[in-house]
Amino acid sequence: MKFYDLIWLIPIFPLLGAIINGLVSNRLGLQKSVTNAVAIAGSGLAWLLGWAAIVQWALELGIHNTHIVSLFSWFQGGSLRILDGSVAEVDVAASFQLDPVSALMVAFVTFVGFLIHVYSIGYMHDESDRAYARYFSYLNLFMFSMLVLVLGSNMAVMFVGWEGVGLCSYLLIGFYFEKEWCAAAGMKAFIVNRIGDWGFLLAIFATFMVFGTLEFTEIFPTAAAHPETYAAAATVIGLLLFVGAIGKSAQIPLYVWLPDAMAGPTPVSALIHAATMVTAGVYMVVRCNVIYRLSPTAMLVVAIIGGLTAIIAATIGLVQNDIKKVLAYSTVSQLGYMFLAAGVGAFVAAIFHVLTHAFFKACLFLGSGSVIHACGGEQDIRKMGGLKKYMPTTYWTFLAATLAISGIPIFAGFFSKDEILAKAFEAGAGDLNTFGTTYYALWALAVVAAVLTAFYMFRLVFVTFHGEFRGGEEAEHHLHESPWTMTMPLVVLGVLSIFGGLIGIPGKLFHHPEWNLIERFLEPVILPIGHAAENAEHLSHHAVSLGLEWGLVLLSVAAASFGIWLAYRFYMGAGAFVRPRLLAERFSFAYRLLLNKYWVDEIYAATVIAGTIKLSRFLWEFDARVVDGVVNGTALTTVGSSFISGVFDLKVVDGAVNLVAKSYDVASREFRRLQVGFTQGYAMVMVFGAAVLLGVFYLVKL
Amino acid sequence: MDQHLLFLLTLSPTIFAILLLPIPKHWKRVHRVVTLIGSTVIFAVSTRLWTGFNPDNPAFQFVDQHQWIPQFGISIHVGLDGISLLLVLLTTLLLPVVVLAAWSLNIEHIKSLHITFLLLATGMMGTFVSLDLFLFYIFWEITLIPMYFIIGVWGGPRRIYAAVKFFIFTMVGSVLMLVAILYLGWFHHQQTGVWSYDYLDFLQTAPLLSVSGGWLAPGLLVFAAFALAFAIKVPIFPFHTWLPDAHVEAPTTGSVLLAGVLLKMGAYGFMRFNRALLPDAWDIFVPLILALAVIGIIYGALVAMVQPDVKKLVAYSSVSHMGFVMLGLAAGTQASTQGAVLQMVNHGLTTGALFLLVGMIYERTYTRLIADFGGLATVMPVYTGIFLVVTLGSIGLPGLNGFVGEFLILAGAWQNYPLAVVLAGLGIILGAVYMLWMVQRIFWGPLDNPKNEGLSDIRFRELMVVAPLLVLIVWIGIYPTTFLNPMEAAVRLLLAR
Repeated sequence: MKFYDLIWLIPIFPLLGAIINGLVSNRLGLQKSVTNAVAIAGSGLAWLLGWAAIVQWALELGIHNTHIVSLFSWFQGGSLRILDGSVAEVDVAASFQLDPVSALMVAFVTFVGFLIHVYSIGYMHDESDRAYARYFSYLNLFMFSMLVLVLGSNMAVMFVGWEGVGLCSYLLIGFYFEKEWCAAAGMKAFIVNRIGDWGFLLAIFATFMVFGTLEFTEIFPTAAAHPETYAAAATVIGLLLFVGAIGKSAQIPLYVWLPDAMAGPTPVSALIHAATMVTAGVYMVVRCNVIYRLSPTAMLVVAIIGGLTAIIAATIGLVQNDIKKVLAYSTVSQLGYMFLAAGVGAFVAAIFHVLTHAFFKACLFLGSGSVIHACGGEQDIRKMGGLKKYMPTTYWTFLAATLAISGIPIFAGFFSKDEILAKAFEAGAGDLNTFGTTYYALWALAVVAAVLTAFYMFRLVFVTFHGEFRGGEEAEHHLHESPWTMTMPLVVLGVLSIFGGLIGIPGKLFHHPEWNLIERFLEPVILPIGHAAENAEHLSHHAVSLGLEWGLVLLSVAAASFGIWLAYRFYMGAGAFVRPRLLAERFSFAYRLLLNKYWVDEIYAATVIAGTIKLSRFLWEFDARVVDGVVNGTALTTVGSSFISGVFDLKVVDGAVNLVAKSYDVASREFRRLQVGFTQGYAMVMVFGAAVLLGVFYLVKL
Repeated sequence: MDQHLLFLLTLSPTIFAILLLPIPKHWKRVHRVVTLIGSTVIFAVSTRLWTGFNPDNPAFQFVDQHQWIPQFGISIHVGLDGISLLLVLLTTLLLPVVVLAAWSLNIEHIKSLHITFLLLATGMMGTFVSLDLFLFYIFWEITLIPMYFIIGVWGGPRRIYAAVKFFIFTMVGSVLMLVAILYLGWFHHQQTGVWSYDYLDFLQTAPLLSVSGGWLAPGLLVFAAFALAFAIKVPIFPFHTWLPDAHVEAPTTGSVLLAGVLLKMGAYGFMRFNRALLPDAWDIFVPLILALAVIGIIYGALVAMVQPDVKKLVAYSSVSHMGFVMLGLAAGTQASTQGAVLQMVNHGLTTGALFLLVGMIYERTYTRLIADFGGLATVMPVYTGIFLVVTLGSIGLPGLNGFVGEFLILAGAWQNYPLAVVLAGLGIILGAVYMLWMVQRIFWGPLDNPKNEGLSDIRFRELMVVAPLLVLIVWIGIYPTTFLNPMEAAVRLLLAR
């Protein structure tokens, strides 16, 4: 059996689960156990088939062979003349492809997705049967969309998944739709994403106009073979695509939806708003790396946006008190790192960080869910504390994930984050695309952000799990460790947070580049470009000496340690909470600036949103007064001229059509005798209308 | 059978209307049943047009011609190409749907409503199948009168204003069109010495009309006369103000047919007459049509956003959506034109479905003000789900119908008019804003209006009303080839002229 020929089934399983749970379990209010069986089967089969297909593909076909399974022609739109003057057929296929990067994404999306399905069984068990079925239906639908996104072999199919995950995000953020703010957060997410999608859609059109196809396996080799020809187009396409990535992956200036998205159930935050969907933008940029590598400008923009987002989101994360909000800003910040990586040409590092981030951030979110669950829905860390002794499993897994995100050696995040920092430094040192200074600056920002990351994460750990419980006796009574369905995923993700980074050991430092498994695995995706390929190699080998690389490793470890030390000083021991309070008082403006997230939401509300609504109201007024005013004026004139033409009709036209009209008149009298009522009258009007028309016709002709 | 099928099908609603005549007024149920059976039969028979249609043949099929007024070359000449095929089927599909939708309405003059409706059906189908311009004009006008009565008799409180406005607006356009048709006939006579009003004859002579010599060139004047009539019907900004009034006042039957079919008559006219008969003038007018289309897309979307009345919101959204159709036609590539035709069908389905759904909630609450709702998802979960699917189809979510149409229109327009595409793309963002904001205020949040607490969810009959539309919304989204295929050759021929 060729599992890799069945990759189209990977998304279909969860789709079936979504349909069954959505239409049957939800409508009939079936028991939770039925819903569970369907949902777990949907995501579980996707996981099993996904892994089987990947393994078989890698062993039998080899990772250098992109395997495409085309189902049917989705739509055709005839031929279009494209930029080079030739004619291309618009023929978009519903087809899927397995290559290293989609394989990696499928592998972890199905796996993490499955774990979070299991976790949700415990987390959502208090919901009514129907809401429970609705939840799992949405969750399965999300799996379907995400898998279509990563498996799609062309931009249009990718876009199906792209908007599909946005829809599921909308539905799941607004899962508690009877709460106004939840539903509003869902709407915000969808609309902000739509702004990004606008860019993506334009990028698709531009791509077709340039390459005459939307298939990845046709676009990239063409572009890579003729870098000079496609350089300008690559800038346009790359930037437009990146608008899409900015929306989906919550980068400046469109990140504002992600913190609000925490209104959804916590497993959703873990799966969609941390591990998978928000990394779709990174995936897309890596998938289209050829386009970006042709355009220094697009690369630079990606790096700048990523670097700035990493640091700005990290600063906001420093002072938030909602456990999920901290994690949300942390996610925004980490996504910034991934784009920084892509922007300096370290596409493998970007995907590597997607992967490790999925492990530790999902673990953190699920851990926070476990905490919130235990605290009866409380999310304010000021009302927690000392939870370590009540929920040890949650604590230890949370700690492992925190160490991972902080970048402590051996833990997963260390390898990926360190590689990003190193590559950013290399870009500066090697003066990549002559933007060396900018890349140096971005590297420096990223190092500072690393300190901040370690600080805010350990602040979270210390305030939540250490010290004394501050939530009152009543609440303390209810503290408990979560059921196994919740802790099991925590343990699995915790273990992965520790060891997951070993697939990307920077073997170069030990003169064993082959130790870096992920780099070797993804190598076929990074197509060599023209003759520039050698230059890139040249750059990475000679810009930074081995000694300096080791120095950078030590620096990033030092940065993390410094952040942890600061957090310890601020939030542990006798002087806990004193220093931060003093600082907040001393720099009260800065504190309020961060606490209020730079007032970005307020600024948007006052400018873009208020402006659009004002414009709409003005246009409505304009419509009623001016456009319709002209119409009413015209109508008045028409009434006047109608009167005149009425006289004309009577005297002239009637005379000419007398005979015809008379015959109809006789007929109508008979007709009227048969029937009395409204419609007959109307029918008469119509007949007369036709008669008058005929009359006019004869008159004009004769 | 096939030989006269098209003309008989066009007349068949009128035949059913005549059957209704002797049935006493107060036998309301009988009127309903007969009309439902009639319209279902019409739809069933019309599927023969689909099965018997050869998609590879760009020429008119099911052609049927009878002498009518031979002195002037006027004949009853009907036929179908791939474009009109889709529109005729959209029309026949909506017939039983709206009859069933109005099933339990407690209104006056049920008999008259059904007779009017059936006459309207003949007019709509006739418009799409006529191959004689005189015949076309008659059918075009026939649709006007029943719709005038549907709005004016069975409409809301301001129905008379709305009906008169609708009537005058459309009449102004069509009178000029009549002059243009007569002129074309005269011109044909000048050129060939033979009187004819036949479309196929006009295809030979009308393109010869001169478009040079300033704005009074005959080609341009004839174009403008046709264009005005069709622009009002589409409606293109700034000729749209009759539409919100007509929609708000019209009963569900009227709104659905207005949005679903009557607006398409305008876009169809642009293709069939302006584009095909007057290609030189078309090229001159394209920038104007394009500009108005883009303005309509954004303007309609912005104004829709702040409407307090659901129907008005949907009406303005129609202005925006029909802007996309006009953009696709004006851009004039194979892809954009096919997209435009598909989008005509899409708009008929989604907007039709939206009006049906709004009608259902209106029957329960007698209000359409968004402010009177909120939190309806709690009491009407299935209705909410269906409404959401239709909304998503309307805003072009991939996998549902609107996406494919918009995609083809914009992809096809990109090569010549990238700026128009960029701006029209903003309409896609705004589309999500006004639609989801409406959904937000109607369905989500707490159920804060106590009057809405006892609302019943969608009923079986109502489900049957929207079910066919839902099926097509999904079908077109996943496998649009079914619908793109038959129009392909016809569009190719159209653009070759």
